[in-house]
Amino acid sequence: MAATTPLFSPGASIAQAIEWLNIHAHTFFAMIGWAVETVLGAAEQLLLWPAPWLLLAAVVLVALLVYGVRYGALAAASLGLCLASGLWKEAMQTIALVSVSVTVSVLIAFPMGIWAARKPRAEAVLRPVLDIMQTVPPWVYLIPAVMIFSLGKVPALIATVVYGIPPMLRITTLAFKEVPRELIELGQASGAGFWQVLGKLEIPAARKTLLVGLNQTILLSLAMVVLAGLVGAGGLGAEVTRGLTRMEMGLGLRAGLSIVAVAILLDRLSRRALG
Amino acid sequence: MTNEALDVLIDCRNVWKIFGERSDEAIKAIRERGAGKREVLRDYNCVVGVSDASFQIRKGEIFCIMGLSGSGKSTLVRLLNRLIEPSMGKVEVKGRDIAQMGPKDLRALRAHEIGMVFQSVALIPGRTVLDNAAFGLEVQGVAKAERHKIASDALARVGLADWANHMPRQLSGGMQQRVGLARAIASDPEIILMDEPFSALDPLIRKQLQDEFRELTKSLGKSAVFITHDLDEAMRIGDRIAIMKDGIMIQQGTAEDIVLHPADAYVAEFVAGISRLHLVKAHSLMAPVSEVPGDVLARLPRTSPEADVQALIDLVLSTPDQAVAVEDAGTCIGVVTARTLLEGIRGEEHAAATIEVVA
Repeated sequence: MAATTPLFSPGASIAQAIEWLNIHAHTFFAMIGWAVETVLGAAEQLLLWPAPWLLLAAVVLVALLVYGVRYGALAAASLGLCLASGLWKEAMQTIALVSVSVTVSVLIAFPMGIWAARKPRAEAVLRPVLDIMQTVPPWVYLIPAVMIFSLGKVPALIATVVYGIPPMLRITTLAFKEVPRELIELGQASGAGFWQVLGKLEIPAARKTLLVGLNQTILLSLAMVVLAGLVGAGGLGAEVTRGLTRMEMGLGLRAGLSIVAVAILLDRLSRRALG
Repeated sequence: MTNEALDVLIDCRNVWKIFGERSDEAIKAIRERGAGKREVLRDYNCVVGVSDASFQIRKGEIFCIMGLSGSGKSTLVRLLNRLIEPSMGKVEVKGRDIAQMGPKDLRALRAHEIGMVFQSVALIPGRTVLDNAAFGLEVQGVAKAERHKIASDALARVGLADWANHMPRQLSGGMQQRVGLARAIASDPEIILMDEPFSALDPLIRKQLQDEFRELTKSLGKSAVFITHDLDEAMRIGDRIAIMKDGIMIQQGTAEDIVLHPADAYVAEFVAGISRLHLVKAHSLMAPVSEVPGDVLARLPRTSPEADVQALIDLVLSTPDQAVAVEDAGTCIGVVTARTLLEGIRGEEHAAATIEVVA
């Protein structure tokens, strides 16, 4: 029996559009792919360059000295777990992917969020788009990314960046809308220009909320990076996928616990470092 | 005449502010056929914030704008430093039309000529009191050591020298508002705009700050535009007072003018509750010299035309003649008797009303 053709099939036209892009914007995508691979490769190499125990000791020491005993212990436990599980390289790959994609997400979402906070119309247009982006299951992001960039780390990073934009954008808008109007008026009435008002008044006043957004973006990006193991992103996600497809309970569990360890480390350290 | 013109720091002429998407059409309607506030709201869905306001702020003067919430007073004060653009009319600061200024000149004007203090104080969280007070100078690009020195002096002026290194949240409401004032005076502007600065404070602190503010402004030789919803406050602080209602400035004058000759029933109702003891002066109470025989006049105690009711009562009670002569530059210009005092305290409208009832 032949499958019935659905009445509503936006994918059909999107697939065509992507095909068209693949043909006509090939150089553009190739350049993006090259840039992503270069930056990501550098980040990975930086993390994998020192001996694992050396990097572990360095992170623990810095956390201990700067943030106190609790954070030192936390760093030792989480990174120690990754090392002991034999998944150090994978954990570092995952952290590199998360760091690069969060940076790119923030670079895109932050200015857009400020813009939306100032222009109610921009926000009205963005809001439904963000709603859809945040409700679509994350797997779906991987499909067009893979169609354009094929398998590997590049589509994983692109999908993660896109997935990380909505929470950061939304919270940035909220944070800037929460800044008291009189504080902005104070800046203007003191003769401050746009950048001075932004840098000296708005960002400090919005800081706490912005950090919540950043923290959310980090954790959601980690989830996406793990998921991207499905499309050959490597890292801990790949190990989970391997465990699942081969039904290797031991591997799956080790990789899963390492992900939890990385998540806790990134969450607590980013919160402490920025807050 | 020229001298007087030079003394005008802010000249506000027929200024309008209309809020709403169709404000352009509304302005046209006002200009061409004199449409009123109601028409503008009905036909164009626009709100008139300020309607045809004209006034001048002179050097060294404290000008209070009093009105209830929604009267347009906060909009009006923001028109003076162009935080809000006027829809019509002209605002001149020291002879320069601020609507014509480019962004750079406007920033310079705000940085050097016009300071502002807000109701919510608007202290910057995460900065010390000193750095808050130095904010205006920081914006101007004054070096750190220099701006800290000036800001420390400003803090000392408002009695907060010992609090420089505290954080704003450690200060009480009254102290925070003092920081706001120090921040405004640190930039040494000629004019300070005060947008309901003391409204959120409790009555005792408020009274204290009102006196301090007046004293400070006068001793520094600054001019101020002071917005308030409290007529008592306006009378306490202001050299001249303007009363606003529905965007319209219904009366301008000294406290005494307004109490003695309210422009309409709305103002009359407001001033009804105001104590006249310190507002009404001898020159507006006195009767002609001919009211008392010459020999009595000669032995009466003397006072100046500026003596207030409180002082006059004391003087009148101190003599068996129950009267006091008002003297200006050595000549007797009138007498205040127990009768004129009573009439003065009662007020004109009451007199008119009583007469009507009797007739």
